[in-house]
This record gives sequence, C-alpha cells and structure tokens, in this order.
Amino acid sequence: MWRYIGRKLFVYLLTFVIAVTINWMIPRFMPGDPVRSMLSRASVGNPEALERMNEYYTGVFGLDTPLHEQYLSFWAGLFRGDLGISVMLFPQPVLDIILRSVPYTLALLVPAILLSWIVGNRIGAFAARKKLLDNTILPVGYILTAMPYMWLALLLAWSLGIVADVLPTANGYSPSLRPEFSWLFISSLISHWFLPFLSMFIVALGGWAIGMRNMIIYELEADYSNYLQALGAPTRLIRRYAFRNAMLPQITGLAVQLGTVLSGALLTEIVFNYPGLGTLILQALNNRDFFVLQGTFLFVVVGVLIANFIIDIVYVLVDPRTRVQMTGGAA
Amino acid sequence: MSEIAGAPGAADPAGGPEPTTTERKTSEVLHFAVRNPKLLIGLGIVLSLLLLGIFGPFFIDQDPNEYVGPKSQPPNGEYWFGTTSFGQDVWAQFVYGLRSTFLIGAFGGGVAFVIGTTVGFVAGYKGGIVDEILNMLTNVVLVLPALVVLIVITAYLEVRGVFIQGVFIGLTSWPWAARAVRSQALSLATRDYVDLARLSGRRTWRIITTEIAPNMSSYLVMSFILLFGGSILIAAGLDFIGLGPSNGVSLGLMLESAMKWSSLYLGMWWWFIPPGLGITMIVGSLYILNVGLDEVFNPKLREL
Amino acid sequence: MTLRVNDLKVYYQTLRGDVHALDGVTFDLADGEIMGLAGESGCGKTTLGKSLIRLDSRMRHVGGTVELDGKDVPIGDDRAMVPLRYHEISLIPQYAMSALNPTRKIGRMINDLLRARGVRPADIADELRRRLELVGLDTDVLDRFPIELSGGMKQRVVMVMSTLLNPSLLIADEVTSALDVSTQRAVAESLVEFRDREYIKSMVFVTHDISLVYQMADTIMVMYAGHIVEKAPASTIINAPRHPYTQMLISALPEVGTTTEQGRLEGIPGTPPGLLNPPTGCRFKERCPLAFEKCNERPPLVEIEPGHLAACWKTG
Repeated sequence: MWRYIGRKLFVYLLTFVIAVTINWMIPRFMPGDPVRSMLSRASVGNPEALERMNEYYTGVFGLDTPLHEQYLSFWAGLFRGDLGISVMLFPQPVLDIILRSVPYTLALLVPAILLSWIVGNRIGAFAARKKLLDNTILPVGYILTAMPYMWLALLLAWSLGIVADVLPTANGYSPSLRPEFSWLFISSLISHWFLPFLSMFIVALGGWAIGMRNMIIYELEADYSNYLQALGAPTRLIRRYAFRNAMLPQITGLAVQLGTVLSGALLTEIVFNYPGLGTLILQALNNRDFFVLQGTFLFVVVGVLIANFIIDIVYVLVDPRTRVQMTGGAA
Repeated sequence: MSEIAGAPGAADPAGGPEPTTTERKTSEVLHFAVRNPKLLIGLGIVLSLLLLGIFGPFFIDQDPNEYVGPKSQPPNGEYWFGTTSFGQDVWAQFVYGLRSTFLIGAFGGGVAFVIGTTVGFVAGYKGGIVDEILNMLTNVVLVLPALVVLIVITAYLEVRGVFIQGVFIGLTSWPWAARAVRSQALSLATRDYVDLARLSGRRTWRIITTEIAPNMSSYLVMSFILLFGGSILIAAGLDFIGLGPSNGVSLGLMLESAMKWSSLYLGMWWWFIPPGLGITMIVGSLYILNVGLDEVFNPKLREL
Repeated sequence: MTLRVNDLKVYYQTLRGDVHALDGVTFDLADGEIMGLAGESGCGKTTLGKSLIRLDSRMRHVGGTVELDGKDVPIGDDRAMVPLRYHEISLIPQYAMSALNPTRKIGRMINDLLRARGVRPADIADELRRRLELVGLDTDVLDRFPIELSGGMKQRVVMVMSTLLNPSLLIADEVTSALDVSTQRAVAESLVEFRDREYIKSMVFVTHDISLVYQMADTIMVMYAGHIVEKAPASTIINAPRHPYTQMLISALPEVGTTTEQGRLEGIPGTPPGLLNPPTGCRFKERCPLAFEKCNERPPLVEIEPGHLAACWKTG
C-alpha cells in the first residue's frame, strides 16, 4: 500500500519539479528580453511607475546573479507562496489574482467532470445493450468528443444565448451587480454558470459513453461472463458484473482525461468571458503578463497532480484487487 | 485521449477452427473493410475534406486573409460562406484552413507517433531499468496538461509557424500512445519467434521493426489516427487562444478572429460555424473510421 | 441411459462458408460413465463439449438430436436451454483460472449465481462447505477474492461451484491442460470422486491427453475431423484399438503415463482435412495406410464387439 502510494507520490513530485523547472527556464532561455517585452505592452502612462516596475522585475528575475542562484531563489520564492507581481494589474500579487479566478474554474470543472462521468457511463452501458442503440449512440459520442470545446460553446452561446435569448452569454455574473450573499446575486451566478457548464458537460459526455461502452463489451466477452452464461445465469447478473468491473478502468480514465477536460474548461471560459483561469490566461497573453501566465501554469499543474493523487487513492479503495494486494492478504 | 477509440483487444488472428494463411487474412480484411459502413463513411468524409484542402486553394485566386469583398455578407452566390467583418472570404479561409488543419494533424500526430512508438517499443521490449525510466518519463508527461504546457511555451515565441507548433504538440501528446504500444510490445516480446530472433543475435531495433511492429501494424495505424485527431484539436485550442501560426490561416484561427471580432453578438453565424464544423467533421470521421478499422482487424468484433 | 446424441451436426459460420465441425455425431453415455473425448486439436471435441451446454455465437445447430435422461435437449434454442443449464448440464471450462469474477468475493459470486438460478444459498451452504473440504480447500476461500487464490485453488473452486446442483451431465473441457502434472492427477481424482459420490451422474472429459484420460475414464471416444472414429472402454482403446487412426494415435504416444503436446501428431504423416468443404466418405482416408475404394463412402459407426464401436470399413 505505502509502496504504491510512495511510487505515485514520487512521480508526481518529479512532475512538479520538472514543471517548475520548465517554468523557470522558459523566460530565461527563450530569445528576447522578457522584462522589456513584458513592459513594452504594459499600459503605464506614468514614467515613474514604469521605472519602479522595471527595477522590480529585473530584481525578480535576478538576471545578474549566476544561473543556479537564480534557480534556487526561484524555488525559495515558490515556497513562500510568492509567484511574483502582476504586470497588467500592478502591483497586485499574482497569487491573489489566481485565487480570485480559481473558484469559477472549479465551479465549472468539478460538476462538469463528475456529472458527465456519471451520465456518460450510464449511457455507454445502455449503448452496449442493443445493436440499434449502439449504432446511434456510438457515432454521436464520437462526434461529441471530436468537437472543439470552444466551438460547442460558441454554438450554445449563439443558439440559447443570442437567438433564443434565454441565458446570458458572458461574464460570471451580471455586471450591474456587486458580489454579495443575496438571492439576486446567486441566481445571476447560476444563470451565467449554466451555459459554460452545459457546453463542457456535453463535449465530455461523448468520451465517457464511448469508453464505458467499449469496456462493457470487453467485460461481456471476459471468461467469467462466458462461464456464467454457460451456467444459465440471467443477463441481468452478467451485466451487473460487467458494469461494476467496467467502472474501475473508467476511474483511471478520469485521471487520464483530466488534462483534456481542463483544457476544455479554459477554452470554454474564454468563449463566455467567464472569470476563471482560462480568461485570466487570455488576458495575461494579451498583456504579455508572463508572471500571471506562469503562475497559472504552476497552479494548474499542482491542481492536476492533486486530483490525480486523489483518483489514485479512490481507485485503490474501490478495486478489491489492488486493495487486497496492498493490505497483504494471503496469496 | 486514450479511452476514446475502441481499444483493440489482444486480437487473436486465428479465431476459427481452421488455419489461416496471411494471404487469406488479407482478403478477409478487405472483405470486411468494404462492408463496414463506419469505415467507409469515415474514410469518405476524411478523404473528401482532404481533397478539398489539397486542391481547393488552387481555385482561389486571392490570399485568404485579403479584404476582397463587401463586409459582413451572409452566404450568397458569390461568397459561398459569406464574408467577415473585414470583407474576407470565409470560404477561401475555410479551404486554406482545411489544408493547414490536415498539415498540423499529420505533423503533430507524426511527431507524437514517432516518439510514442519508439518509447513504447523500447520500454516494452527492453524491460528492466530502461522500462522503469521510460515509464516514469511517460507518466510525468502524461499528467502534465498538454494544452497548458503548450500555452506557456508558445507564449514566449515571437514568431510561430506550423512546423514549431507541430513539434511542440508532438512533444506533449505522445504518452498514451507510448503506454499502449508498450503493453502490446510487452506481450509480443515474449513470443517464441521474438526469442528466436534474439537468440540469433539480431539487433534490438531490427527485431522491433521486423518482428514486433508488423505484428501490431493495425494497432499502430489506429494509434496514429488518434494522435492525428488529437493534434488537430490541440492545435485548434492553441490557435483559438491566439497562439496559432503568425499570419497563417487555420480553422482554429478563424474561430479566434470570429470570437475576437464579436461575430457572436453580430449574429454572423457563417463566420464561426464552418471552421468548427470542419474540425468536428475531420476529427469525428477519423474516430469513426478508427472504430471501423478496429472492427475489420479484430475478428472478435466482426459481425456475421 | 443418461445422454443420447443422435446424428448431431453443428457448423461454424465463417466468411467462406460453413465449417463442418461436428458432422453427424452419434453416441450414448451411460449413467455413471466418465467418457474421455480425445483427438487432435480441431477435430471437433471442444465443439461437441460446447454444443451440449451452450453454442457460441458463430455455432449453428444444423441437425440431429440430443436427449438427456429421456428428455429432449434443445441445443439450438438458447432460451430453452437455460433451465437445463447448471441444474442438469454443467461445465468446467477450459479457462477455469479466469472463470471467477475478479472483483467479487468467491462466496458472494456463488450466492449470486445460486440465487439467479432459483436456489436459496442458505439451503446449500453446508453442502458447499463440505465439498470445498472434500477437494482440500479451506472454507474461508469463500471470503477471498480470486486474486488471492493460486491457479489450482481456483480450479477446485470452479469444480465445486459447477457441480453444486448435482447435474446429470458434466462437461469438463481441457480442465487439466493449464496445470502441472501432480495437480492434474489430483483434479482427475477429485472428478472421479464426485462421480462416485453421485454429485454428477456422468461426465464428458474433453482432452488431448490420452494418457491422463486413460487413468480416470471408463470409456474413451476418439474423434477425427468432425466424425467419431471409435468409442470403447478405456483399456480397449489403449491396448487394443481397432480403427487405424486410433492405432496410430496410440502408437504415437511416447508411452502411457507421459503427456503429449497438443497439435499435430508427429507419427502420422499429413494433416487433417479442412472442414470447410470436407471430403466425402471416411475423413481419414488420405492419411490412412489401409484406405481402399470403399472408403469414399462414409463408414458407419458400428458395434464390433460389446461396448466397442468403430467407424471403419476394415474393422466392420
């Protein structure tokens, strides 16, 4: 048990170190002067402020110290939770800006992933039952997974938001409101949340349905299914076993798909100008605010690693095979 | 993206009670291929879009980004897909965009395929410490969210081209292919004929290319198709964020400018529907084609 | 008479036509009889075993009848077969090692199956424990997952599970091929014990390993290319076979007590005929040293001495 978890932790830790290193290397080894190119875009009218920023960023990059010192001080800053100071929203710390956006992204991501997983698995299991259903659900599923997230988002925004005019298509809540704990504000939050959520949910649905369908068909061909059939067990029992067993690889699939769905969330947010990390990334890019960009990158990587680890633990707990092996049952 | 295609199970070539020769098998595969609607429809759509992407641009005189016509025209006889807010011809952009979409798919998918299969074969065949290290590398790249890594890397590039984009996409999207190939190679590497080759002192890469790879060729083809589709989607995402090829044309860039210039609020549906539809059709047909291939190659999935 | 199979024909559907895997098979199986079913791979012995309990999707019942204890067995009708399965006809599959659901505790899987077949698990729990002990398993295997058991243990669990409802006919399909020699012996002995204790009335033991079947079976039936060539008491088949194919098969054995590898027999030149368009007449005639004109007609399976049947013009 601990060996397995230790191994996983090691990989995640290694990934983290590599991500941090990439993050540190990119601005230093890419052609061009990052500070200048960053500040050239910064819309600062006041020359005094520009001077201050220039000083600050040159200091942060520590470009005059040896590389290994730069690297170490980068890590040291990281452990203090210091991701630098934003250019576009100078002098706000990057961490604060990111933390403001994270709840919106999570609010989209978590329900979209979980619900599409649950519903997709159901649909996939259903598709594996009948030829006719399979021949319709399967192509639809593939077309859904082939859709670029932002395109479905555009289609939904256009059809439900603009043409039918039933739901708002931009921002996290109505610009005329201020964040407060009131029914008005919360309902505004929900109505703005719905379309981006729906669009992510639909795209992700296809993949899960297909995965489940394939896994179930595989399980229905497994030896234990054949054995039960030969002994006259009803289809109901065999399907129940197949469904349960097919769920397990789908849990691992959750970890594998995480990156894709997350990317989808970022793209969807941009379409809806939803104030999460995706929109933040776009703003950072447009303003060449590399501190925000890189801070977001690290933040996302850490989030993905944590989510992966949680899924690993859940898998160990759910699959009796690994559970038994790990608690050291008799063999 | 690993769960997407019908994972081709351990395909037992000789399912029937009689022996099958290679020649027979080929004709059998063909027999099923021409009767598989998924394969035919998928292949048909992909090929027609590919032909359009290859030859279409020859019939378009102007540069696709040029301002040629009246602004914001809905589709009409002269501008089949209408024009943008600047008077660019959407049809011209679409046709050129198809071309670059196939290009990035082939290129990004190709790079990922080469890395993924190499890592997978070597890990699966060599085993031991080599496998351990490659496996760890695969896992590391696998958990890094590809698009986010790509955003950070390409953000610093002053000039971006299709070539660089393809290389970077390839570098970040190979891991699941490596995993899949590894597990297949692992099971093949223990077969008798591979042992024989090894005993006779053949070099590793010779054994891999002559003994192992041909035995999973269908599997490799399907992996490549998936990587191809995946690259297209990732590239579209990058383009949409504004990190596409500088001054290029692509379906993703069309979506970006449609979004950037508020086609949504101006009701210019002809601006954003064609590029997304093009991507969906290409990638969707590739996936369906893949299922068809799986059914053709894998006797267990064939219907009688 | 427990089992009576009459002119059974089961074909495999393939692209290029039907493979005549079982082409007119007729035999009887008496109460208490353990019959070894032997032959080269592809001779139809596994097809026969499957036909008696469940046809797979590519198999088609073309003709002939099967009777068990005087009642018709509708082998071509999957639905009508269900009541017979497990209760009357049961199976120990070739893949016994992987026949158990990997994510369910063994006891729970058995209970699920029993309940699904209309038996209250509580009514049979004591018997289950007794039988597990009989095959040398601790009863706490019921609380284990299959992964916690060795291959031999899983095999024994499947043996007990398959025979729990005292079926009239048990089909054991290559059950020993995955085991080491000493475990093979133990499994074979347990199966004989099951018959002696009347857990099962009769058994068809499909194997390519004649020397093993000789030790446990009462009779041996030899098949070749979809036909039965000879059926006789085990010792007769080994010591005094009459059909030329059986004779060559037995002489090809290194010596009784060792096992042969599955596949082609080195001792007999040539290969079995393809069953897509099988030759008329005796199917062994191409390889048979005694073949003559008449062999172009199919030789009937006739009783050449009490309890000894052979299908050859030369022995008739």
